[in-house]
Amino acid sequence: MTFKLNEYLKKTTEAAPLAVFRIFFGVMMLISIIRFWSYGWIDKLYIQPKFFFSYYGFEWIKPIGIYTYIIFAICGISTIFIALGFKYRIAIVTFFISFTYIELMDKTTYLNHYYFISLLSFVMIFLPANRYYALDAKLKRISYQLIPNWTIDVIKLLLGIVYFYAGLAKLNSDWLVKAMPLKIWLPSKYSVPLLGDLMQKEWMHYLFSYSGAIYDLTIPLLLLYRKTRPFAFILVVIFHVLTRVLFPIGMFPYIMIVSTLIFFDANLHHKILGFISKVFKINKRQFDTNTALQFFPKKNKVLLTSITIFFAIQLLLPFRYMLYPGELFWTEEGFRFSWRVMLMEKAGYANFKIVDSITKKRFYVDNDDFLTAFQQKQMASQPDFILQYAHYLKKHFESQGHQNIQVFVESYVALNGRLSTQYIDPTVDLGKQKESFKHKNWIIPFKDEIKGL
Amino acid sequence: MKKSLFLVLVALFFIAGCSSSDDSNDTGGITDNFDRKALLTNIADNIVIPSYESFSTDISALKTATSTFITTTDAANLVVLRNAWIKAYTSWQSVSMFEIGKAEELSLRNFMNVYPVTVAEIETNITSGTYDFTSVTKQDEQGFGALDYLLNGLSGTDTGIVEFYTTNANAAGYKKYLSDLVNRMSDLTDQVLNDWKGSYRGTFISNSGSSATSSLDKLTNDFIFHYEKHLRAAKIGIPAGVFSGSPLDTTVEAFYKGDISKALFDANLNTLQDFFNGKHFGSTTTGESLKTYLDFLNTIKNGEDLSTLINNQFNTARTKASSLDDNFSSQVRTNNSLMTQTYDELQKNVVFLKVDMLSAMSIRVDFVDADGD
Repeated sequence: MTFKLNEYLKKTTEAAPLAVFRIFFGVMMLISIIRFWSYGWIDKLYIQPKFFFSYYGFEWIKPIGIYTYIIFAICGISTIFIALGFKYRIAIVTFFISFTYIELMDKTTYLNHYYFISLLSFVMIFLPANRYYALDAKLKRISYQLIPNWTIDVIKLLLGIVYFYAGLAKLNSDWLVKAMPLKIWLPSKYSVPLLGDLMQKEWMHYLFSYSGAIYDLTIPLLLLYRKTRPFAFILVVIFHVLTRVLFPIGMFPYIMIVSTLIFFDANLHHKILGFISKVFKINKRQFDTNTALQFFPKKNKVLLTSITIFFAIQLLLPFRYMLYPGELFWTEEGFRFSWRVMLMEKAGYANFKIVDSITKKRFYVDNDDFLTAFQQKQMASQPDFILQYAHYLKKHFESQGHQNIQVFVESYVALNGRLSTQYIDPTVDLGKQKESFKHKNWIIPFKDEIKGL
Repeated sequence: MKKSLFLVLVALFFIAGCSSSDDSNDTGGITDNFDRKALLTNIADNIVIPSYESFSTDISALKTATSTFITTTDAANLVVLRNAWIKAYTSWQSVSMFEIGKAEELSLRNFMNVYPVTVAEIETNITSGTYDFTSVTKQDEQGFGALDYLLNGLSGTDTGIVEFYTTNANAAGYKKYLSDLVNRMSDLTDQVLNDWKGSYRGTFISNSGSSATSSLDKLTNDFIFHYEKHLRAAKIGIPAGVFSGSPLDTTVEAFYKGDISKALFDANLNTLQDFFNGKHFGSTTTGESLKTYLDFLNTIKNGEDLSTLINNQFNTARTKASSLDDNFSSQVRTNNSLMTQTYDELQKNVVFLKVDMLSAMSIRVDFVDADGD
């Protein structure tokens, strides 16, 4: 076994797919940053709000006022370096740190897509993506046309995990039996060309639910096998373009479509590089040296162990919800970082009450005074947000001179078409509750049952 | 193979590119599809435009009464003017939620009905005789609230009030301010009504898509925003001290007149419920509405009968409010708990409207434009 593993690790393959991946990744990220900037979202999401929702343990990561633009600028510039393959290692590390910093500034904006980008860029730090068709290779005058096979496989593995786990998460009774939440979302897309009227039909909701689940679960395998690959790629394009048409998910569909190209044979990538060479008048032949970058497993034990641990965490983390009691969709304990995408139509309303525990004098908080509409929306249906906001309110009103402050919340949440019910125990003083990874016993248990994973 | 694959790719990207911003198109005549255009038409033709027409008539009457009072300044004409003001103020309650189109552009609600007004500033304006009503900082020095002060708050008696316009050293200044206020309100109203009767009706109805800027999404958000901020909070919650800890009896609507705050509240509550039910202005006929849309969606998902729950909660709040004093200012001074109980009943519908209804309609709360998962 060990022998075989060593064999595998030493196996080399064409570097072109990884080079193409690096270039497209850089370009896509650059477009994403420019798009984000041009929509004014930096100002709206990271500068205007008075308060930011931190991740547990990362409270020290905050936007830095007007200088937040600099973080975005650094992130954007690093993508150009990545695409060019120039000072690649520094560029990808810079990208990983700046991008992850941005995502950690406020969990209001958490998206699985952003998490995916953070993970991917982390893995890319360790890959020889600048050894072929890169400025680095040109300047050093050493180009490796062949690189270790595993350095491409890890990207395939990460993509496979994202799809497969997203598929597993759909195996629940709301998705499969009730066709929720698509039954709510699709009818509202009545104005989509061609499909608008079909979106009203119940069978379409089921068709979309089932085909979505089957797609997610099978697409990694379909992409792996040469025979099914072209068909799989057409599916990838149809699936992501459809999601782009139906839902406001920004750049992600395009990023995924381009990423899955890595599953193809090097022939395709050589053609892509040939095309790029033609357009930019690059001499591609200088890179086609037919030399192989050797990998020595024994010398790189630390690297291999780290990557193994990384993937072990990736495989296990989505199942951490099993350690918590209660319905995952309701409590959201263990929901994030698990590729649970588009699973819930969840909306809430949280009305905070500040009480003086001695005089019993009380008043309600106007959330508009502290949070943006987006933050309020995210806060109202997620317990960790509610708790953090309650702590902030307590501090705020204490600093205003109020004393013996207790913070209560009257909150209601509706999930996947069920009528809203009370969410947080209204008799619990949230000011006294501590944030931790433990179960929050002040969440009122879900009144219904959702079966499945 | 490669070529056809490429073509499919290009075609799909093209569709994606187009439809993401596509907003105006016919939904066609498919019968099992809810007709949003019919809904928007009903709202425009049978609710919004007739409401504004009626309001405009009352504003004209207010304008006439004002000039009569300015020509013949006596207590009798003051009473006539005050009644015209009450009528227009009540009528205002039936249009105030439609902060869309021209009204949104002008920020109509903020120029018509901010309260409490700042008396010191109003007096300064009268003394100086120069003011720019279009300035945002002047919103609490004009509109119905400023008229309330000028017609009811200058003195405890009608003769005392009339003296400000006759024997006062700056009587001309008071007259001018009064007439400038009314002219401004009339001018704003004309602009909005003319826009609806002109091009905006068509724009409103044809914008029947499902994006955040479509008519239905915007108006539904306006409806909930108005319910939450202007009915629940401004008329009841703030005076009851719900957000401050103790009652604020000077923050009620029509504070100087006093005994009409409940009538104004009732008028607004009815407007909002009628809007929800698609009830034609000044009639018992109903048409396509948020209610019928909810009922349609419910036939797809077989959920709870949300529209009935919402209507029931409207009725509960109205019943609770019926025991309130005509004068909310004295209500919060004498027995504030009745006021907070009314607030609690109004609050319950915020949950139904903002959580359950928006969720069922898949309409996103205002201004949240960011990427989703």
